[in-house]
Amino acid sequence: MTAVKEIQYQGEMHLLQKELMAKYYAEATAIAGGNGKKCAHLLIAGNPVELLRAFDVLPIYPEVNVLQIAVRHGSLPLIQKAEELGYAGDNCAYVKADIGLFHSGYSTPFAQIPKPDVLVCNYVGCNVYLNWFEHLAEMVDAPAMNIDIPFIRSADGEPSAADLTYVVKQLEELIVLLEKVTGKSLDWAKLTKIVERSARTGELWAQIKDMTKARPAPYDAYFDSVTMMAPLYCLRGTEDGLRFFEVAHREMKAQMEKAKGPLPEERFRIVIEGPPPWPKLRVFRDMFSRWGAVAVASTYSTVGGLWEFGFRHDPAHPLESIARHMLSANVCNRNFLQRYEQMERYVKEWEADAIVIHSVKSCRLFSAGQGDMREHFVRDLDVPTLLIESDIEDPRYFSEAQLRNRIDAFFEALEQRRVTAGKTLQGVASGSATGVVGVGS
Amino acid sequence: MTLTQEFPATRYRDVVEDREFPTVREWRARTGRSAVGCYPVYAPFELGHAAGMLPVGLFGGGNRIEIANADSRFQSFICSVVKSTMELGFQHKLDVFDALMFESICDPARNLASVMARNFKEQAMTYVHLPQNMTSAGVVDYLVAEYRRVAAELSATSGQDVTEDGLRASLTEYNAMRAAVRELYAFRALRPQDLSTGELYTLARLATLMAPDEVTPILREALAAARARDGRAKDRIKVVVIGSFCEQPPLELIESIEESGCYIVDDDFLLGWRLFRRDVPVDGDPYRALATAYLNDSLHASTKHDLRVPRATAIIDSVQRVGADAAICLIAKFCEPGLFDYALYRKAFDEHKVPHLYLEFEEKMWLYEKIRTEVETFVESMLFA
Repeated sequence: MTAVKEIQYQGEMHLLQKELMAKYYAEATAIAGGNGKKCAHLLIAGNPVELLRAFDVLPIYPEVNVLQIAVRHGSLPLIQKAEELGYAGDNCAYVKADIGLFHSGYSTPFAQIPKPDVLVCNYVGCNVYLNWFEHLAEMVDAPAMNIDIPFIRSADGEPSAADLTYVVKQLEELIVLLEKVTGKSLDWAKLTKIVERSARTGELWAQIKDMTKARPAPYDAYFDSVTMMAPLYCLRGTEDGLRFFEVAHREMKAQMEKAKGPLPEERFRIVIEGPPPWPKLRVFRDMFSRWGAVAVASTYSTVGGLWEFGFRHDPAHPLESIARHMLSANVCNRNFLQRYEQMERYVKEWEADAIVIHSVKSCRLFSAGQGDMREHFVRDLDVPTLLIESDIEDPRYFSEAQLRNRIDAFFEALEQRRVTAGKTLQGVASGSATGVVGVGS
Repeated sequence: MTLTQEFPATRYRDVVEDREFPTVREWRARTGRSAVGCYPVYAPFELGHAAGMLPVGLFGGGNRIEIANADSRFQSFICSVVKSTMELGFQHKLDVFDALMFESICDPARNLASVMARNFKEQAMTYVHLPQNMTSAGVVDYLVAEYRRVAAELSATSGQDVTEDGLRASLTEYNAMRAAVRELYAFRALRPQDLSTGELYTLARLATLMAPDEVTPILREALAAARARDGRAKDRIKVVVIGSFCEQPPLELIESIEESGCYIVDDDFLLGWRLFRRDVPVDGDPYRALATAYLNDSLHASTKHDLRVPRATAIIDSVQRVGADAAICLIAKFCEPGLFDYALYRKAFDEHKVPHLYLEFEEKMWLYEKIRTEVETFVESMLFA
C-alpha cells in the first residue's frame, strides 16, 4: 500500500472557529475575573442551552474544557490529582480531569474557567453526569438542579406524553431557578429568537452532514466534525453560532461541488462509532488517513443533538422543542439498539464500506456492550467492523503500536476483500453500492 | 446445638446459591404462573406480583458459573454482574423467566437491557426509568405514569391485569416481608453475636427468590430462633459495610469479613428488596403510594441521586445510629456509582473521624485470603493500636 498523504486543509471555517472559540473563552475568563455576569456549568448531551442564553448566562461545559486540555496534552496531571483525592482508576477520566482542574484553581492555558453560579445537570442518558454534578455541588457554593430526562423506552424512539410533560415542567422550574440566580424575568421574545437561531443552525448542520454522502466526502465526518461541534454546543442560539454554520455550510458546499475531500484520495468510506482519543487525536487520525479512510458519518457528532434525521427546534413551541431535543434528538438518550439502527442508516445511506468502533474506557454509555454491536454488524449485516480500545481523556490507555497494528490489519483485510469481491463482481457495472470494482489496488 | 442446625438460614444456603433457581421452578410447577427476573438495584417488582407473576432477584452468576461468551460482548472494564447476567442467558438459566426488568441504575446496566433484548427474544424485556429529580413538581405524576406503563407491559406477559386492589394486596404482602427484614436488620444491629450477617444475608436473599407470603413466615421463624439464642459477644469491632448495593459479594466473603474480627451491624446488600424505610400506604392510589415511597421514603442508594442531602449523610448517620466503630467500603470492581461515591464517603469519614477500610471485590472471586489479611490488619489497628 502507498500511504495517502493528508491535506492540511485550513479553510475559513477553521479560522472562524478558532476566532469564535477564543472569544467565547475570553468571555468565560472575564466572568472568572468578576465582571458580574453569570455562568452555568452544564453538560453536552442534549441540553437546554437556549434557556441559559435567554438569561444571558454563559454556558460552561466541563467536557469541552477538559477535552481542550487533553488535546494540549495536559490531562494526565489533573487526572492524577483527582486520583490522589480518592477517585478510582476506573472512574470516568473526564470527571477526574474536571475535579483536578477545580483543585488547580480552574486555570487552563486557554482561559480562566469561572466557578458556576448555577449547576445544571442535564441527565441525558449518562448516569455519570449525575455523579459528576453531585460532586461539584458539594464543592462549590451554587444552587444545583438535576434535569431528569426519561430514557427512550419505546420501540419507535419517541418519548411518551408523560415524559414530555415531566421535562417541560422541569424546564419551567429551571426558568424559576435562573430568574432567582440572575434577578431577571424570562424574556419570551428573546427565547423565541434564540430557539429560531438554533432551528436554523440545526438545518445548516443537517445539510452539512448530508454532504458527506457525496464521493468524495467533502470533509471527515469524525475528525472535522469536532471542529464544528465546539460552536454547535458553546455558541448554539447566538448570532456568532449561526454565522459560523453559514460559513461552514458555504465552504463545505464549495468543496463538494469541486469534488474535493480531506484526502487526495478517498479509498475507504467508514462510519466511526464512539468518542475520539483526545490526547492523541492527530496520531489517531493519521492511522486512518494513510489508508485513505474517510469517515462519512459518526455517532459521536450526535452526542449533543441528532439533527440529520429531521429534528429541528421550534420557535413556536420553545419549551416543548427543547424538551424533545433532550429526550429523543440526541444519541445519548436513545437506547443501544437504536444506536445500531442509526449506524445501519449511516452505512446504507452514506454508503460506507466499514465500521470502526472506538471503545473508550471512560465513557461506558458509549462503550458498554460494543462487542455485541460488532457481533450484530459482522454476523447479521455482513459489514466489516473493527473494535479498538483506548480512552477519551486518559493518555495511559492509548497504546499506539497496538492500535496501529489492528488498524493496518483491518484495512489490509478490507483491501483483500475488495480484490476478491472485484473478481467476483467482474462484469458488473462499476460504481455499485459497495463501490468495490476497480478500487483499492 | 440443635437450634443452630435447624436455623432457617442454614437450611436455605444452597437454595440461594443455586442458579437453576429451584424456588422459581417449584413455584411455576405448582401455580402454573409466570416469573419476572429483576435486575438490581430496585425494580418495581410489586407491579409484577400484582400481575400474577413471581418477581425474582437477579444477581448475576456469582462464583458459580464460568463466563464463556458474555465477555466477547462486554469489555474487560465492565463489571462482572453485567457479564454474568448475560452469561446466565447464554447458558439457558434464564429460561425460567417470562420477562426481565432492568432499570436506569448505571450506563452498563442500561446497555445490557438492550443487548439482552437482542439476544434473548424469548423473554419480554421491560426497561424502567427511575427518576433523578426528587423535587420537581412533576416527578410523582411522571413515576405514576411510568409504573402504569410497566404494569401494562408485565400484564401483557402474564395475562393478568393489574388492578388497584390487586396492587394494594401486593403492597401489603411486600410490606410484611420488608417489615420482617427490617426487624432482622434491627436485631442484628443490637445482637450481632446472635445473628451473623452470613445468616441474615441468606434470609434476605431468600426473600428475593420466593413469593412474599411464603417467605415472610420463614423470616419470622428465623427472627424467633435468633431471639432465643444467647451468644456471648466476641472481641470484634462493629462495622458498617457499604458499596455492595448491586453486584453481590460471595457469601464466603461476607463470612470472611466477620471471621476476621468484625461484627457487621449495617450494610447495603440486596438493597432494592428492602428499600423502603416503612410500610407503603395501602389506603389511597397504590401507584402514587409506591412512587412516593421511592422518592421520599427509601434508603440511601448509590444509584439514586437526591440533591436534598449531601451524599455521605446517610452513611455517617448509619455509623452513628448503630454505634459502629468503623466502616468498610466493599465495592464491586468497575462499579462506577460505587467508586464515585467512595470519593465523597472518604472525605466524610475523615471529617467525622470514622476509620474506614476500602476493599474491592468481584462476585466471581473464590479466594479470600488477601481480603482476610487486610481486614485482620485493620481490626488489629483498631483494637490494639
